[in-house]
Amino acid sequence: MKKYVKVTVEVNENGDKKPLSIDFDGKIYNIDRVIDSKPAVSMKVGGVGIRYTIRINGIETYLYSERNKWFVEEK
Amino acid sequence: MGRFILHSDLNNFYASVESLYNPSIRNKAIVVVGDEEKRHGIVLAKNYIAKGYNIKTGDTVWEARQKCCGELVCVPARFELYLYISRLVKDIYREYSDRVESFGIDEAWIDISHLAQSYADAEKIANNIRSRIIAEIGLTVSIGVSYNKVFAKLGSDIKKPNAVTTITQDNYKTLVWGLPCEDLLYVGRATKKKFEKAGIKTIGDLANTNVKYLKLTLGKMGLVLHDFACGLDSSEVTSIHQSEKIKSFGNSTTCPIDLSCNEQVKSVIYLLAESVAERMKKKDAYASCVALWVKDTNLKSFERQISLASPTNVSEDIAKNAYKLFVENYDWNLDVRALGVRVTNLCDGKIQYDIFSTGENLEKMQKLECTIESLRSRFGYNIIRRANIMENEKLATLNPTTETHIIHPVGFFRPV
Repeated sequence: MKKYVKVTVEVNENGDKKPLSIDFDGKIYNIDRVIDSKPAVSMKVGGVGIRYTIRINGIETYLYSERNKWFVEEK
Repeated sequence: MGRFILHSDLNNFYASVESLYNPSIRNKAIVVVGDEEKRHGIVLAKNYIAKGYNIKTGDTVWEARQKCCGELVCVPARFELYLYISRLVKDIYREYSDRVESFGIDEAWIDISHLAQSYADAEKIANNIRSRIIAEIGLTVSIGVSYNKVFAKLGSDIKKPNAVTTITQDNYKTLVWGLPCEDLLYVGRATKKKFEKAGIKTIGDLANTNVKYLKLTLGKMGLVLHDFACGLDSSEVTSIHQSEKIKSFGNSTTCPIDLSCNEQVKSVIYLLAESVAERMKKKDAYASCVALWVKDTNLKSFERQISLASPTNVSEDIAKNAYKLFVENYDWNLDVRALGVRVTNLCDGKIQYDIFSTGENLEKMQKLECTIESLRSRFGYNIIRRANIMENEKLATLNPTTETHIIHPVGFFRPV
């Protein structure tokens, strides 16, 4: 399921965005590392945008930025 | 150096976007439909499963349901989403060339002559674009590769979905000449009929027809189509740096109810004129000709136009003249189903006023309208409306200024 989430983002002087943490239903998950970011589709839940491959507590997952919203693929 | 042109066509674009965004309907027959309540309830697009039931674009929703034996998913069109996806796809094309020319929301030509030395190179690039669109956007495209725009477009129609077809100077007779002539760009129903009378069935037949005969029956267009059939199209792919000169502004709408009196027509004309005037002001354009298009409930339509004494971009002037055209030309044998307002003969900001006008009134009206437009852009369209449109509940739902659903038709022949 497509789950829109609240995200804290750092924007540098060039306008590049780096997500720092995700607020998932009130629980905050800090992002340890952004491994990769590139344009991609989420066929699983239906969405198109920039896909961030991120690591949270040692686990890799995807976070998508689509237009002005962010979403994750809820299990 | 040879020319290598791609024509990329997103397969079943609207329906594909809908199934991309809604995984649960992916294996069902899908049709994208207009707003039924506003009487735009016809099939705008369908996926391959719906095509299998012989559902066609333009069918009413009711007809489509009759044809479909299984479950038919009808989804309302979301033009804003389609424009977003179309922009992302075109951004990919622009990474390969600055010569990218859109042909509607889901098609584009890309000139890659600077990147390719051979058809093998061009095909490789086409396949690369095709794979990227799948990975990044989740959609499939059919791409035609050729040495001219017309054959590139034909190529994109030959194999669907998700395929690349190359038409070269060596294989075009085999690949193209056997196709029915209506597959060729600009061979519509009327031309096809004329061709049929002359025994021209395929593109090859057209290529082998005497040009004098074609000129006699179809005029200049006959020669153009003959050239198309022979692969003699040298038109360029427009560069993204070349901005096209706008020749007119217009807007039309199918009304939510059939209009039965002058007052209702007047209300809709004012709405359309406002949206036209707003777009003109953004481009600082003035027009000295107003045209009105009317379609009655028998779907018969006509257009009339009028020249203005001095150019304007004020909705009041446009609407007044359009309404005058209506009153003078409509006999009210039938109700009115659709209306369109268009302005032409454009000029830029430096306008010549007529002898009795100082332009003061024009400026005053412009200020007033700019204020209304700014209110609407800040607080939404409905923040300020004309009282006459509020009289009818259904008419009051019309919002012709919504930029998101304006998808302008484009032509192949462009002004030089």
